Amino acid sequence: MSAADGPARLGLPLFASEVGMLLRRRRNQLILLALVAIPIVIGVAVRLTSSNATGGLIGSITDNGIFVAFTALVVVIPIFLPVAVSVVVGESVAGEANLGTLRYLLVVPVGRTRLLFTKLAAIAVWCLVIVSVVALAGVLTGVVLFPAGRVTLLSGTQISLLAGIGRLVVVAGYAALLMLGLSAVGLFISTLTEVPIAAMAATLTFAVTMQVLVAVPQLHAVHPVLLSNSYLAFADLLRDPIGWSGVGHGALLSLAYLVIFGSLAWARFTTKDVSS
Amino acid sequence: MTAPGAARAIETTGLTKRFRGGQVAVNAIDLAVPAGSVYGFLGPNGSGKTTTIRMLLGLIYPTAGAAALFGVPVPDRAGSVLAEVGALVEGPAFHPYLSGRANLARLDAADATTPSRTRSHRVGEALDRVGLAAAAGKRYRSYSLGMRQRLGIAAALLRPRRLLILDEPTNGLDPQGTREVRRLIGELARDGVTVFVSSHLLSEVEQVCTDVGVMSTGRLVWQGSLAGLAAQQRTRVRVQTPDSALAKGVLADLGLAAVAEEPGLASAVLGDRPPEQVVAALVAAGVAVRGFAVERPRLEDMFVELTGEGFDVSG
Repeated sequence: MSAADGPARLGLPLFASEVGMLLRRRRNQLILLALVAIPIVIGVAVRLTSSNATGGLIGSITDNGIFVAFTALVVVIPIFLPVAVSVVVGESVAGEANLGTLRYLLVVPVGRTRLLFTKLAAIAVWCLVIVSVVALAGVLTGVVLFPAGRVTLLSGTQISLLAGIGRLVVVAGYAALLMLGLSAVGLFISTLTEVPIAAMAATLTFAVTMQVLVAVPQLHAVHPVLLSNSYLAFADLLRDPIGWSGVGHGALLSLAYLVIFGSLAWARFTTKDVSS
Repeated sequence: MTAPGAARAIETTGLTKRFRGGQVAVNAIDLAVPAGSVYGFLGPNGSGKTTTIRMLLGLIYPTAGAAALFGVPVPDRAGSVLAEVGALVEGPAFHPYLSGRANLARLDAADATTPSRTRSHRVGEALDRVGLAAAAGKRYRSYSLGMRQRLGIAAALLRPRRLLILDEPTNGLDPQGTREVRRLIGELARDGVTVFVSSHLLSEVEQVCTDVGVMSTGRLVWQGSLAGLAAQQRTRVRVQTPDSALAKGVLADLGLAAVAEEPGLASAVLGDRPPEQVVAALVAAGVAVRGFAVERPRLEDMFVELTGEGFDVSG
Protein backbone atom coordinates (compact mmCIF):
# COMPACT_ATOMS: atom_id res chain seq x y z
CA MET A 1 0.00 0.00 0.00
CA SER A 2 3.00 2.22 0.45
CA ALA A 3 3.49 2.51 -3.30
CA ALA A 4 0.42 4.68 -3.71
CA ASP A 5 0.90 8.37 -4.28
CA GLY A 6 -1.22 11.07 -2.68
CA PRO A 7 -3.72 11.72 -5.51
CA ALA A 8 -4.35 7.98 -5.91
CA ARG A 9 -5.04 7.54 -2.22
CA LEU A 10 -7.61 10.32 -2.42
CA GLY A 11 -9.23 8.55 -5.35
CA LEU A 12 -8.54 11.39 -7.79
CA PRO A 13 -7.55 9.16 -10.73
CA LEU A 14 -10.93 7.40 -10.59
CA PHE A 15 -12.69 10.77 -10.40
CA ALA A 16 -10.69 11.97 -13.40
CA SER A 17 -11.59 8.78 -15.25
CA GLU A 18 -15.29 9.31 -14.47
CA VAL A 19 -15.29 12.91 -15.65
CA GLY A 20 -13.30 11.94 -18.74
CA MET A 21 -15.82 9.26 -19.65
CA LEU A 22 -18.69 11.69 -19.14
CA LEU A 23 -17.22 14.36 -21.37
CA ARG A 24 -15.84 12.04 -24.01
CA ARG A 25 -19.09 10.20 -24.51
CA ARG A 26 -20.56 11.18 -27.88
CA ARG A 27 -24.13 11.33 -26.57
CA ASN A 28 -23.15 13.75 -23.80
CA GLN A 29 -21.27 15.93 -26.28
CA LEU A 30 -24.44 16.14 -28.37
CA ILE A 31 -26.36 17.23 -25.27
CA LEU A 32 -23.81 20.00 -24.73
CA LEU A 33 -24.12 21.08 -28.37
CA ALA A 34 -27.90 21.26 -28.04
CA LEU A 35 -27.55 23.37 -24.90
CA VAL A 36 -25.12 25.73 -26.63
CA ALA A 37 -27.58 26.18 -29.47
CA ILE A 38 -30.31 27.50 -27.18
CA PRO A 39 -28.78 30.92 -26.27
CA ILE A 40 -27.65 31.34 -29.88
CA VAL A 41 -31.19 30.79 -31.15
CA ILE A 42 -32.56 33.19 -28.55
CA GLY A 43 -29.98 35.86 -29.41
CA VAL A 44 -30.50 35.59 -33.15
CA ALA A 45 -34.30 35.58 -32.77
CA VAL A 46 -34.29 38.73 -30.66
CA ARG A 47 -31.83 40.43 -33.00
CA LEU A 48 -33.95 39.67 -36.07
CA THR A 49 -37.21 40.79 -34.49
CA SER A 50 -35.94 43.41 -32.14
CA SER A 51 -38.47 45.88 -30.95
CA ASN A 52 -38.13 47.38 -27.53
CA ALA A 53 -41.79 46.74 -26.81
CA THR A 54 -41.22 43.61 -24.75
CA GLY A 55 -40.24 44.00 -21.13
CA GLY A 56 -38.56 41.70 -18.62
CA LEU A 57 -35.48 39.66 -19.40
CA ILE A 58 -36.04 39.34 -23.12
CA GLY A 59 -36.64 43.05 -23.41
CA SER A 60 -33.36 43.73 -21.62
CA ILE A 61 -31.40 41.77 -24.21
CA THR A 62 -31.34 44.63 -26.70
CA ASP A 63 -29.94 46.90 -23.98
CA ASN A 64 -27.24 44.50 -22.86
CA GLY A 65 -26.10 41.24 -24.46
CA ILE A 66 -25.47 39.65 -21.10
CA PHE A 67 -29.22 39.16 -20.77
CA VAL A 68 -29.05 36.50 -23.50
CA ALA A 69 -27.33 34.33 -20.89
CA PHE A 70 -29.92 35.05 -18.19
CA THR A 71 -32.79 34.43 -20.60
CA ALA A 72 -31.24 31.19 -21.83
CA LEU A 73 -30.88 29.93 -18.26
CA VAL A 74 -34.56 30.67 -17.63
CA VAL A 75 -35.43 28.72 -20.76
CA VAL A 76 -33.27 25.65 -20.07
CA ILE A 77 -33.81 25.19 -16.35
CA PRO A 78 -37.32 23.72 -16.33
CA ILE A 79 -36.77 20.95 -18.84
CA PHE A 80 -33.53 20.96 -20.86
CA LEU A 81 -31.24 20.85 -17.85
CA PRO A 82 -33.29 18.14 -16.09
CA VAL A 83 -33.08 16.05 -19.28
CA ALA A 84 -29.31 16.52 -19.43
CA VAL A 85 -29.06 15.55 -15.76
CA SER A 86 -31.39 12.54 -15.99
CA VAL A 87 -29.54 11.00 -18.92
CA VAL A 88 -26.18 11.11 -17.17
CA VAL A 89 -27.28 10.32 -13.64
CA GLY A 90 -29.52 7.44 -14.69
CA GLU A 91 -26.53 5.87 -16.37
CA SER A 92 -24.16 6.33 -13.44
CA VAL A 93 -24.71 3.22 -11.32
CA ALA A 94 -27.31 1.35 -13.37
CA GLY A 95 -25.14 1.67 -16.48
CA GLU A 96 -22.15 0.04 -14.80
CA ALA A 97 -24.42 -2.65 -13.38
CA ASN A 98 -25.90 -3.25 -16.79
CA LEU A 99 -22.49 -3.64 -18.46
CA GLY A 100 -21.18 -5.77 -15.58
CA THR A 101 -18.32 -3.32 -15.04
CA LEU A 102 -19.71 -2.57 -11.59
CA ARG A 103 -18.53 -5.93 -10.23
CA TYR A 104 -15.05 -5.37 -11.59
CA LEU A 105 -14.82 -1.90 -10.06
CA LEU A 106 -15.91 -3.30 -6.70
CA VAL A 107 -13.31 -6.08 -6.72
CA VAL A 108 -10.47 -3.71 -7.67
CA PRO A 109 -11.41 -2.88 -4.83
CA VAL A 110 -13.29 0.39 -4.90
CA GLY A 111 -15.29 0.69 -1.70
CA ARG A 112 -18.97 1.11 -2.39
CA THR A 113 -19.11 4.38 -0.47
CA ARG A 114 -16.09 5.73 -2.34
CA LEU A 115 -17.58 4.70 -5.68
CA LEU A 116 -20.88 6.40 -4.90
CA PHE A 117 -19.12 9.60 -3.80
CA THR A 118 -16.97 9.57 -6.92
CA LYS A 119 -20.05 9.14 -9.10
CA LEU A 120 -21.77 12.01 -7.29
CA ALA A 121 -18.72 14.23 -7.61
CA ALA A 122 -18.53 13.56 -11.35
CA ILE A 123 -22.24 14.36 -11.67
CA ALA A 124 -21.66 17.62 -9.80
CA VAL A 125 -19.06 18.48 -12.43
CA TRP A 126 -21.59 17.64 -15.13
CA CYS A 127 -24.16 19.96 -13.51
CA LEU A 128 -21.59 22.76 -13.53
CA VAL A 129 -20.63 22.04 -17.13
CA ILE A 130 -24.17 22.07 -18.53
CA VAL A 131 -25.01 25.33 -16.77
CA SER A 132 -21.69 26.91 -17.74
CA VAL A 133 -21.96 26.13 -21.44
CA VAL A 134 -25.37 27.80 -21.55
CA ALA A 135 -24.13 30.86 -19.64
CA LEU A 136 -20.93 31.11 -21.66
CA ALA A 137 -22.64 30.67 -25.03
CA GLY A 138 -25.19 33.25 -23.87
CA VAL A 139 -22.56 35.83 -23.00
CA LEU A 140 -20.65 35.28 -26.26
CA THR A 141 -23.81 35.46 -28.35
CA GLY A 142 -24.90 38.58 -26.47
CA VAL A 143 -21.57 40.33 -26.89
CA VAL A 144 -21.52 39.61 -30.61
CA LEU A 145 -25.10 40.62 -31.36
CA PHE A 146 -25.88 43.32 -28.81
CA PRO A 147 -24.22 46.18 -26.95
CA ALA A 148 -22.43 45.35 -23.72
CA GLY A 149 -21.71 47.85 -21.01
CA ARG A 150 -23.32 48.84 -17.77
CA VAL A 151 -26.05 46.42 -16.84
CA THR A 152 -29.50 47.71 -16.01
CA LEU A 153 -31.04 45.37 -13.46
CA LEU A 154 -34.72 44.40 -13.37
CA SER A 155 -35.17 46.87 -10.55
CA GLY A 156 -33.83 49.65 -12.75
CA THR A 157 -30.51 50.08 -10.99
CA GLN A 158 -27.33 50.09 -13.10
CA ILE A 159 -24.27 48.08 -12.19
CA SER A 160 -20.95 47.61 -13.97
CA LEU A 161 -20.52 44.88 -16.57
CA LEU A 162 -18.08 43.13 -14.26
CA ALA A 163 -20.63 43.13 -11.44
CA GLY A 164 -23.20 41.87 -13.98
CA ILE A 165 -20.90 38.97 -14.86
CA GLY A 166 -20.57 38.34 -11.12
CA ARG A 167 -24.36 38.10 -10.84
CA LEU A 168 -24.37 35.67 -13.78
CA VAL A 169 -21.84 33.46 -12.02
CA VAL A 170 -24.03 33.38 -8.91
CA VAL A 171 -27.12 32.58 -11.00
CA ALA A 172 -25.27 29.78 -12.80
CA GLY A 173 -24.03 28.39 -9.50
CA TYR A 174 -27.57 28.43 -8.15
CA ALA A 175 -28.88 26.61 -11.22
CA ALA A 176 -26.12 24.01 -10.93
CA LEU A 177 -26.96 23.48 -7.26
CA LEU A 178 -30.63 22.88 -8.09
CA MET A 179 -29.60 20.34 -10.70
CA LEU A 180 -27.37 18.65 -8.13
CA GLY A 181 -30.42 18.24 -5.89
CA LEU A 182 -32.24 16.56 -8.76
CA SER A 183 -29.13 14.44 -9.42
CA ALA A 184 -29.31 13.00 -5.92
CA VAL A 185 -32.80 11.72 -6.69
CA GLY A 186 -31.53 10.23 -9.93
CA LEU A 187 -28.53 8.64 -8.25
CA PHE A 188 -30.81 6.92 -5.77
CA ILE A 189 -33.05 5.66 -8.57
CA SER A 190 -29.94 4.48 -10.42
CA THR A 191 -29.00 2.22 -7.49
CA LEU A 192 -32.40 0.54 -7.66
CA THR A 193 -32.15 -0.92 -11.13
CA GLU A 194 -29.77 -2.49 -13.60
CA VAL A 195 -31.53 -0.85 -16.55
CA PRO A 196 -30.05 2.62 -17.19
CA ILE A 197 -32.88 3.71 -19.49
CA ALA A 198 -35.37 2.99 -16.71
CA ALA A 199 -33.37 5.10 -14.27
CA MET A 200 -33.16 7.96 -16.79
CA ALA A 201 -36.90 7.83 -17.49
CA ALA A 202 -37.79 7.66 -13.81
CA THR A 203 -35.58 10.63 -12.95
CA LEU A 204 -37.02 12.68 -15.77
CA THR A 205 -40.54 11.67 -14.76
CA PHE A 206 -39.77 12.89 -11.26
CA ALA A 207 -38.58 16.25 -12.64
CA VAL A 208 -41.62 16.67 -14.88
CA THR A 209 -44.00 15.66 -12.10
CA MET A 210 -42.53 18.40 -9.91
CA GLN A 211 -43.20 20.89 -12.70
CA VAL A 212 -46.80 19.72 -13.04
CA LEU A 213 -47.42 19.94 -9.31
CA VAL A 214 -46.05 23.48 -9.21
CA ALA A 215 -48.50 24.43 -11.97
CA VAL A 216 -51.48 23.41 -9.83
CA PRO A 217 -52.23 26.30 -7.44
CA GLN A 218 -54.42 24.11 -5.22
CA LEU A 219 -51.31 22.17 -4.26
CA HIS A 220 -49.51 25.23 -2.93
CA ALA A 221 -49.03 23.46 0.41
CA VAL A 222 -46.45 21.12 -1.12
CA HIS A 223 -44.84 23.70 -3.38
CA PRO A 224 -42.15 24.72 -0.87
CA VAL A 225 -40.65 21.20 -0.94
CA LEU A 226 -40.56 20.98 -4.74
CA LEU A 227 -37.27 21.87 -6.38
CA SER A 228 -39.03 23.15 -9.48
CA ASN A 229 -40.78 25.80 -7.38
CA SER A 230 -37.37 27.38 -6.78
CA TYR A 231 -36.10 27.18 -10.36
CA LEU A 232 -36.91 30.77 -11.27
CA ALA A 233 -36.15 32.33 -7.91
CA PHE A 234 -32.88 33.54 -9.41
CA ALA A 235 -34.67 36.49 -10.96
CA ASP A 236 -34.28 37.99 -7.46
CA LEU A 237 -30.53 37.97 -8.04
CA LEU A 238 -31.04 40.49 -10.84
CA ARG A 239 -32.52 43.13 -8.58
CA ASP A 240 -30.96 45.68 -6.31
CA PRO A 241 -30.81 45.00 -3.46
CA ILE A 242 -30.57 41.26 -4.08
CA GLY A 243 -33.50 39.31 -2.68
CA TRP A 244 -31.90 36.31 -1.06
CA SER A 245 -34.91 34.63 0.51
CA GLY A 246 -36.19 32.72 -2.54
CA VAL A 247 -32.71 31.73 -3.65
CA GLY A 248 -31.75 30.81 -0.09
CA HIS A 249 -34.78 28.57 0.18
CA GLY A 250 -33.97 26.91 -3.15
CA ALA A 251 -30.36 26.35 -2.15
CA LEU A 252 -31.29 24.82 1.21
CA LEU A 253 -33.96 22.69 -0.42
CA SER A 254 -31.44 21.40 -2.93
CA LEU A 255 -29.00 20.56 -0.14
CA ALA A 256 -31.80 18.76 1.69
CA TYR A 257 -32.49 16.67 -1.44
CA LEU A 258 -28.78 15.95 -1.66
CA VAL A 259 -28.61 14.74 1.94
CA ILE A 260 -31.87 12.76 1.93
CA PHE A 261 -31.61 11.06 -1.46
CA GLY A 262 -27.83 10.76 -1.17
CA SER A 263 -28.33 8.86 2.09
CA LEU A 264 -30.98 6.66 0.53
CA ALA A 265 -28.66 5.91 -2.39
CA TRP A 266 -25.85 5.10 0.04
CA ALA A 267 -28.06 2.88 2.21
CA ARG A 268 -29.26 1.00 -0.84
CA PHE A 269 -25.95 0.70 -2.66
CA THR A 270 -23.86 -0.42 0.32
CA THR A 271 -26.22 -3.24 1.22
CA LYS A 272 -27.35 -4.61 -2.10
CA ASP A 273 -26.15 -7.82 -3.68
CA VAL A 274 -24.31 -7.11 -6.91
CA SER A 275 -25.32 -10.04 -9.03
CA SER A 276 -25.14 -8.43 -12.46
CA MET B 1 -2.55 -6.80 7.11
CA THR B 2 -3.07 -10.54 7.03
CA ALA B 3 -3.08 -12.88 9.97
CA PRO B 4 0.43 -14.21 10.49
CA GLY B 5 0.96 -17.74 9.31
CA ALA B 6 -2.43 -17.97 7.64
CA ALA B 7 -2.02 -21.16 5.67
CA ARG B 8 -5.30 -20.92 3.85
CA ALA B 9 -5.81 -18.59 0.92
CA ILE B 10 -9.56 -19.13 1.17
CA GLU B 11 -11.47 -20.51 4.09
CA THR B 12 -15.21 -20.60 4.58
CA THR B 13 -17.32 -22.05 7.34
CA GLY B 14 -20.97 -22.81 6.80
CA LEU B 15 -21.11 -20.28 3.98
CA THR B 16 -24.71 -20.05 2.84
CA LYS B 17 -26.65 -17.92 0.39
CA ARG B 18 -30.38 -18.03 0.28
CA PHE B 19 -31.87 -15.75 -2.36
CA ARG B 20 -34.96 -13.72 -1.72
CA GLY B 21 -37.15 -16.25 -3.49
CA GLY B 22 -36.11 -18.80 -0.87
CA GLN B 23 -33.84 -20.71 -3.22
CA VAL B 24 -30.67 -21.87 -1.48
CA ALA B 25 -27.89 -21.31 -4.00
CA VAL B 26 -25.03 -22.18 -1.67
CA ASN B 27 -25.66 -24.47 1.26
CA ALA B 28 -23.30 -24.38 4.24
CA ILE B 29 -20.02 -25.00 2.43
CA ASP B 30 -16.66 -25.27 4.16
CA LEU B 31 -13.99 -24.42 1.61
CA ALA B 32 -10.35 -24.86 2.55
CA VAL B 33 -8.02 -23.67 -0.18
CA PRO B 34 -4.35 -24.11 0.80
CA ALA B 35 -2.08 -21.15 0.03
CA GLY B 36 0.01 -21.91 -3.04
CA SER B 37 -2.39 -24.47 -4.45
CA VAL B 38 -4.17 -24.52 -7.77
CA TYR B 39 -7.66 -25.32 -6.67
CA GLY B 40 -10.19 -26.58 -9.19
CA PHE B 41 -13.71 -25.60 -8.19
CA LEU B 42 -15.89 -27.99 -10.10
CA GLY B 43 -19.56 -28.54 -10.55
CA PRO B 44 -22.34 -28.43 -13.10
CA ASN B 45 -23.80 -25.15 -14.26
CA GLY B 46 -26.12 -23.84 -11.56
CA SER B 47 -24.45 -25.71 -8.72
CA GLY B 48 -23.54 -22.51 -6.85
CA LYS B 49 -19.96 -21.92 -7.99
CA THR B 50 -20.41 -18.34 -9.17
CA THR B 51 -22.56 -17.40 -6.16
CA THR B 52 -19.77 -18.70 -3.92
CA ILE B 53 -17.19 -16.67 -5.84
CA ARG B 54 -19.34 -13.53 -5.59
CA MET B 55 -19.51 -14.01 -1.82
CA LEU B 56 -15.73 -14.47 -1.60
CA LEU B 57 -15.28 -11.16 -3.44
CA GLY B 58 -17.78 -9.24 -1.30
CA LEU B 59 -20.18 -8.69 -4.20
CA ILE B 60 -23.07 -10.45 -2.54
CA TYR B 61 -23.62 -10.88 1.16
CA PRO B 62 -23.90 -14.34 2.70
CA THR B 63 -27.10 -15.32 4.47
CA ALA B 64 -25.11 -17.31 7.01
CA GLY B 65 -21.58 -18.48 7.66
CA ALA B 66 -18.25 -16.77 7.24
CA ALA B 67 -15.52 -16.43 4.65
CA ALA B 68 -11.92 -15.26 4.88
CA LEU B 69 -9.17 -14.60 2.34
CA PHE B 70 -5.70 -15.08 3.86
CA GLY B 71 -7.36 -14.87 7.26
CA VAL B 72 -9.03 -11.52 6.50
CA PRO B 73 -12.81 -11.76 6.89
CA VAL B 74 -14.88 -10.87 3.83
CA PRO B 75 -17.01 -8.97 3.12
CA ASP B 76 -16.37 -7.03 6.38
CA ARG B 77 -12.75 -6.18 5.60
CA ALA B 78 -12.74 -6.97 1.90
CA GLY B 79 -11.21 -3.57 1.15
CA SER B 80 -7.96 -4.50 2.86
CA VAL B 81 -7.39 -7.80 1.06
CA LEU B 82 -9.00 -7.51 -2.38
CA ALA B 83 -6.09 -5.54 -3.81
CA GLU B 84 -4.12 -8.77 -3.52
CA VAL B 85 -6.82 -10.70 -5.33
CA GLY B 86 -7.29 -10.71 -9.08
CA ALA B 87 -10.63 -11.94 -10.30
CA LEU B 88 -12.54 -12.94 -13.38
CA VAL B 89 -16.20 -13.31 -12.43
CA GLU B 90 -18.85 -14.64 -14.76
CA GLY B 91 -17.13 -13.51 -17.90
CA PRO B 92 -15.39 -10.26 -18.79
CA ALA B 93 -17.24 -6.92 -18.66
CA PHE B 94 -15.86 -3.67 -20.03
CA HIS B 95 -17.02 -0.40 -21.50
CA PRO B 96 -17.77 -1.12 -25.17
CA TYR B 97 -16.74 2.29 -26.48
CA LEU B 98 -13.36 2.34 -24.77
CA SER B 99 -10.33 0.53 -26.12
CA GLY B 100 -8.90 -2.46 -24.30
CA ARG B 101 -6.06 -0.28 -23.05
CA ALA B 102 -8.40 2.50 -21.87
CA ASN B 103 -10.56 -0.04 -20.05
CA LEU B 104 -7.56 -1.42 -18.17
CA ALA B 105 -6.32 2.10 -17.40
CA ARG B 106 -9.70 2.90 -15.89
CA LEU B 107 -9.58 -0.16 -13.63
CA ASP B 108 -6.03 0.67 -12.65
CA ALA B 109 -7.05 4.26 -11.90
CA ALA B 110 -9.78 2.90 -9.64
CA ASP B 111 -7.14 1.17 -7.52
CA ALA B 112 -6.27 3.66 -4.80
CA THR B 113 -3.11 1.76 -3.88
CA THR B 114 -1.16 1.96 -7.14
CA PRO B 115 0.84 4.97 -8.29
CA SER B 116 -0.43 6.83 -11.36
CA ARG B 117 3.07 7.33 -12.80
CA THR B 118 3.52 3.66 -13.64
CA ARG B 119 -0.03 3.06 -14.85
CA SER B 120 0.73 2.75 -18.55
CA HIS B 121 3.57 0.37 -17.77
CA ARG B 122 1.30 -1.93 -15.73
CA VAL B 123 -1.41 -1.84 -18.38
CA GLY B 124 1.09 -2.59 -21.14
CA GLU B 125 2.54 -5.53 -19.27
CA ALA B 126 -0.85 -7.04 -18.52
CA LEU B 127 -1.84 -6.72 -22.18
CA ASP B 128 1.43 -8.32 -23.26
CA ARG B 129 0.95 -11.21 -20.90
CA VAL B 130 -2.33 -12.25 -22.50
CA GLY B 131 -1.21 -11.53 -26.06
CA LEU B 132 -3.43 -8.52 -26.62
CA ALA B 133 -0.75 -5.88 -27.20
CA ALA B 134 -1.54 -5.62 -30.91
CA ALA B 135 -5.27 -5.09 -30.33
CA ALA B 136 -4.91 -2.82 -27.31
CA GLY B 137 -6.06 0.31 -29.17
CA LYS B 138 -9.21 -1.23 -30.61
CA ARG B 139 -12.57 -0.61 -29.05
CA TYR B 140 -13.75 -3.37 -26.77
CA ARG B 141 -16.96 -3.79 -28.74
CA SER B 142 -14.99 -4.97 -31.75
CA TYR B 143 -13.21 -7.68 -29.73
CA SER B 144 -14.02 -11.33 -30.33
CA LEU B 145 -15.24 -13.48 -27.43
CA GLY B 146 -11.75 -14.87 -26.95
CA MET B 147 -10.15 -11.40 -26.96
CA ARG B 148 -12.67 -10.23 -24.38
CA GLN B 149 -11.83 -13.19 -22.18
CA ARG B 150 -8.13 -12.37 -22.53
CA LEU B 151 -8.76 -8.76 -21.55
CA GLY B 152 -10.63 -10.00 -18.48
CA ILE B 153 -7.63 -12.09 -17.51
CA ALA B 154 -5.33 -9.12 -18.16
CA ALA B 155 -7.40 -7.07 -15.71
CA ALA B 156 -6.91 -9.75 -13.09
CA LEU B 157 -3.15 -9.54 -13.70
CA LEU B 158 -2.84 -5.73 -13.57
CA ARG B 159 -0.68 -5.98 -10.48
CA PRO B 160 1.06 -8.82 -8.65
CA ARG B 161 -1.51 -10.87 -6.78
CA ARG B 162 -1.43 -13.46 -4.03
CA LEU B 163 -4.67 -15.03 -5.15
CA LEU B 164 -6.40 -15.30 -8.49
CA ILE B 165 -10.05 -16.24 -8.61
CA LEU B 166 -10.91 -17.26 -12.15
CA ASP B 167 -14.48 -18.17 -12.96
CA GLU B 168 -14.57 -20.31 -16.12
CA PRO B 169 -11.43 -18.64 -17.53
CA THR B 170 -11.37 -20.56 -20.81
CA ASN B 171 -14.94 -19.78 -21.85
CA GLY B 172 -14.95 -18.76 -25.46
CA LEU B 173 -11.26 -19.47 -26.00
CA ASP B 174 -10.09 -21.66 -28.86
CA PRO B 175 -7.93 -24.71 -28.06
CA GLN B 176 -4.80 -22.60 -28.47
CA GLY B 177 -6.14 -19.98 -26.07
CA THR B 178 -7.14 -22.68 -23.60
CA ARG B 179 -3.60 -24.05 -23.64
CA GLU B 180 -2.21 -20.56 -23.08
CA VAL B 181 -4.46 -20.02 -20.08
CA ARG B 182 -3.35 -23.35 -18.65
CA ARG B 183 0.28 -22.38 -19.18
CA LEU B 184 -0.37 -19.01 -17.55
CA ILE B 185 -1.98 -20.67 -14.52
CA GLY B 186 1.04 -22.96 -14.25
CA GLU B 187 3.43 -20.00 -14.44
CA LEU B 188 1.56 -18.07 -11.78
CA ALA B 189 1.41 -21.10 -9.52
CA ARG B 190 5.18 -21.51 -9.84
CA ASP B 191 5.53 -17.91 -8.69
CA GLY B 192 3.62 -18.85 -5.55
CA VAL B 193 0.25 -17.38 -6.52
CA THR B 194 -2.75 -19.33 -5.28
CA VAL B 195 -5.15 -19.96 -8.15
CA PHE B 196 -8.80 -20.75 -7.55
CA VAL B 197 -10.30 -21.76 -10.86
CA SER B 198 -13.89 -22.76 -11.38
CA SER B 199 -15.03 -24.89 -14.24
CA HIS B 200 -17.81 -27.16 -15.34
CA LEU B 201 -15.29 -29.02 -17.48
CA LEU B 202 -13.21 -31.45 -15.52
CA SER B 203 -10.75 -32.02 -18.33
CA GLU B 204 -9.85 -28.35 -18.19
CA VAL B 205 -8.63 -28.34 -14.60
CA GLU B 206 -7.43 -31.92 -14.27
CA GLN B 207 -4.11 -31.04 -15.87
CA VAL B 208 -3.29 -27.99 -13.77
CA CYS B 209 -4.88 -28.53 -10.37
CA THR B 210 -3.32 -29.73 -7.16
CA ASP B 211 -6.62 -29.62 -5.26
CA VAL B 212 -10.26 -29.87 -6.15
CA GLY B 213 -13.62 -29.10 -4.63
CA VAL B 214 -16.78 -30.46 -6.18
CA MET B 215 -20.09 -28.64 -5.93
CA SER B 216 -23.47 -30.21 -6.50
CA THR B 217 -26.77 -28.36 -6.03
CA GLY B 218 -25.26 -25.83 -3.64
CA ARG B 219 -23.28 -28.29 -1.55
CA LEU B 220 -19.58 -29.02 -1.49
CA VAL B 221 -19.70 -32.78 -1.97
CA TRP B 222 -15.97 -33.47 -2.11
CA GLN B 223 -12.81 -31.54 -1.36
CA GLY B 224 -9.16 -32.50 -1.15
CA SER B 225 -6.00 -32.96 -3.12
CA LEU B 226 -6.20 -34.38 -6.60
CA ALA B 227 -3.83 -37.16 -5.50
CA GLY B 228 -6.21 -37.97 -2.66
CA LEU B 229 -9.05 -38.16 -5.10
CA ALA B 230 -7.10 -40.53 -7.32
CA ALA B 231 -6.21 -42.69 -4.31
CA GLN B 232 -9.84 -42.91 -3.46
CA GLN B 233 -10.67 -44.31 -6.82
CA ARG B 234 -11.95 -47.83 -6.82
CA THR B 235 -9.84 -49.72 -9.33
CA ARG B 236 -11.62 -52.76 -10.69
CA VAL B 237 -10.31 -55.94 -12.28
CA ARG B 238 -12.25 -57.41 -15.18
CA VAL B 239 -11.77 -61.00 -16.19
CA GLN B 240 -13.02 -62.15 -19.58
CA THR B 241 -13.69 -65.86 -19.39
CA PRO B 242 -16.21 -68.53 -20.41
CA ASP B 243 -16.02 -69.79 -16.78
CA SER B 244 -17.46 -66.64 -15.26
CA ALA B 245 -19.09 -68.36 -12.31
CA LEU B 246 -15.83 -70.08 -11.38
CA ALA B 247 -13.92 -66.80 -11.76
CA LYS B 248 -16.42 -65.07 -9.51
CA GLY B 249 -15.75 -67.66 -6.83
CA VAL B 250 -11.99 -67.13 -7.09
CA LEU B 251 -12.34 -63.36 -6.81
CA ALA B 252 -14.60 -63.74 -3.81
CA ASP B 253 -12.15 -66.18 -2.18
CA LEU B 254 -9.38 -63.60 -2.62
CA GLY B 255 -11.47 -61.29 -0.45
CA LEU B 256 -12.16 -58.70 -3.16
CA ALA B 257 -15.19 -56.47 -2.72
CA ALA B 258 -18.15 -55.86 -4.99
CA VAL B 259 -17.73 -59.03 -6.99
CA ALA B 260 -19.98 -59.13 -10.03
CA GLU B 261 -20.61 -61.65 -12.75
CA GLU B 262 -22.28 -61.77 -16.10
CA PRO B 263 -21.97 -64.26 -18.93
CA GLY B 264 -18.37 -64.17 -20.18
CA LEU B 265 -17.22 -61.65 -17.57
CA ALA B 266 -16.39 -61.42 -13.88
CA SER B 267 -15.26 -58.28 -12.08
CA ALA B 268 -14.41 -57.00 -8.62
CA VAL B 269 -12.82 -54.05 -6.83
CA LEU B 270 -9.08 -54.64 -6.68
CA GLY B 271 -8.27 -52.80 -3.49
CA ASP B 272 -4.54 -52.84 -2.71
CA ARG B 273 -3.95 -56.41 -3.86
CA PRO B 274 -1.38 -56.69 -6.70
CA PRO B 275 -3.16 -57.70 -9.92
CA GLU B 276 -0.62 -60.43 -10.72
CA GLN B 277 -1.77 -62.34 -7.63
CA VAL B 278 -5.29 -62.32 -8.97
CA VAL B 279 -4.13 -63.70 -12.31
CA ALA B 280 -2.12 -66.44 -10.60
CA ALA B 281 -5.09 -67.44 -8.44
CA LEU B 282 -7.40 -67.55 -11.45
CA VAL B 283 -5.01 -69.72 -13.44
CA ALA B 284 -4.38 -71.98 -10.45
CA ALA B 285 -8.13 -72.50 -10.14
CA GLY B 286 -8.30 -73.53 -13.79
CA VAL B 287 -10.23 -70.50 -15.03
CA ALA B 288 -9.81 -70.06 -18.76
CA VAL B 289 -8.67 -66.44 -18.81
CA ARG B 290 -9.29 -64.82 -22.21
CA GLY B 291 -8.68 -61.29 -21.06
CA PHE B 292 -7.65 -59.52 -17.91
CA ALA B 293 -7.88 -55.79 -17.31
CA VAL B 294 -7.21 -53.41 -14.44
CA GLU B 295 -9.56 -50.49 -14.86
CA ARG B 296 -8.98 -47.23 -13.18
CA PRO B 297 -12.16 -45.19 -13.58
CA ARG B 298 -11.71 -41.91 -15.33
CA LEU B 299 -11.93 -38.84 -13.10
CA GLU B 300 -14.84 -37.78 -15.22
CA ASP B 301 -16.82 -40.83 -14.10
CA MET B 302 -15.98 -40.08 -10.49
CA PHE B 303 -17.34 -36.57 -10.78
CA VAL B 304 -20.50 -37.82 -12.37
CA GLU B 305 -20.75 -40.16 -9.41
CA LEU B 306 -20.15 -37.29 -6.95
CA THR B 307 -22.49 -34.82 -8.53
CA GLY B 308 -24.96 -37.58 -9.17
CA GLU B 309 -26.23 -36.22 -12.44
CA GLY B 310 -23.45 -35.63 -14.86
CA PHE B 311 -22.51 -32.17 -15.95
CA ASP B 312 -25.92 -30.87 -16.79
CA VAL B 313 -27.74 -27.90 -15.37
CA SER B 314 -29.11 -28.74 -11.97
CA GLY B 315 -32.47 -27.37 -11.02
